[in-house]
Amino acid sequence: MWKWLHPYAKTEKAYQLCSSLSPWFWTGAIICLLIGTVWGLAFAPSDYQQGDSFRIIYIHVPAAILSMSTYVAMAVAALVGIVWQWRTAFMSMIALAPVGALMTFIALFTGAAWGKPMWGAWWVWDARLTSELILLFLYFGVMALYSAFDDKQQAGKAAGVMALVGVVNIPIIHYSVEWWNTLHQGATISKFDKPSIAPEMLWPLLINLLGFALFIGAVTVVRLQNEIVRRELHRPWVQQLACSKLDANLEHNDAV
Amino acid sequence: MNPRRKSRLIVVAAVGGLIAGAIGLMLYALTDSIDLFYTPSEVIEGKSGQPPQIGQRLRIGGLVVPGSVVRDATSLMVSFDLVDTGPKVTVKYNGILPDLFREGQGIVATGVLIDNTIIEAEEVLAKHDEEYMPPELAEKMKGIKHVKPGQGAGSL
Repeated sequence: MWKWLHPYAKTEKAYQLCSSLSPWFWTGAIICLLIGTVWGLAFAPSDYQQGDSFRIIYIHVPAAILSMSTYVAMAVAALVGIVWQWRTAFMSMIALAPVGALMTFIALFTGAAWGKPMWGAWWVWDARLTSELILLFLYFGVMALYSAFDDKQQAGKAAGVMALVGVVNIPIIHYSVEWWNTLHQGATISKFDKPSIAPEMLWPLLINLLGFALFIGAVTVVRLQNEIVRRELHRPWVQQLACSKLDANLEHNDAV
Repeated sequence: MNPRRKSRLIVVAAVGGLIAGAIGLMLYALTDSIDLFYTPSEVIEGKSGQPPQIGQRLRIGGLVVPGSVVRDATSLMVSFDLVDTGPKVTVKYNGILPDLFREGQGIVATGVLIDNTIIEAEEVLAKHDEEYMPPELAEKMKGIKHVKPGQGAGSL
């Protein structure tokens, strides 16, 4: 059943897959982000209580949701790396980590900027905000642990264990607003019930969510390619690739 | 799956299960401390049977009782009642209320319990719900007239 995945354990195949995915991710991300952001910021109606301030939701919510999804993706990569010992799995893990950390930071930052005018405080130590801050530290931990080892296979294992342990935090973030009483309001769209947001406000939000996801995909794929090239420099296929790129550049320069 | 991978998977699953269990128990034991605020009924009856003492600093969260907001004409002094499902607790506050402060709105106030049912607050935060809708729809569904956040507190 999973046989089709096996070739991508090889770095060369994984690199090729990245090359073919990259343009789709970039185009999709740019289109979705443009439509979603312009629609959300300029054309969606303003909220009955918060007025125009609520529009920061179009950045805050996609970043927050995807900061958690990225973590889950990173943990799955770590699991594959630890159990099946794929080198490309650890490379994907470390390619995802800074992107996820960035999403977490955006969620925290826009949350603070939204909290000040609406709640009256930049920061409150409630369960939702605190667990999201812990998520940021988990990303930092994975990145720091990975860079602390010279042997990158060992580094992958150590950081992978940390990434797996940190998964416990994901349900805590999601259910924090239900399990405890918090200043942060409950979930708007990520619940089994009908979303509690008017449809004309929801659509741009969903488009932006997709746009953010594609953007994360695009950046991750580029980072994975870089990681593969850095780690496989001694391999003939990488050297060939580098030579062909260099030739193309030289020809281009000659033509100019 | 070959035996080495299988054993690694079992180890990872077992360790993961143990950690999840441990953290789950920890959070369960800490429930009272993780809660951001006391509800008005908890202020009076206590969280686990032990009501907070007079002079204790605490946070309280509840809905502003419509019609209970009393403003002092010459200062920023304001007092209002908070309620959840049971008894009311009065909050006295000297300062500027957040824009989202309305009657019926959720509020979280930090302060000192000066009497069984009176809290002197030093910070008042507005809690909003997860519903977003355009003003026309809100008026139709809930009969709420749109108030711009900037004018919210003034036009109460």
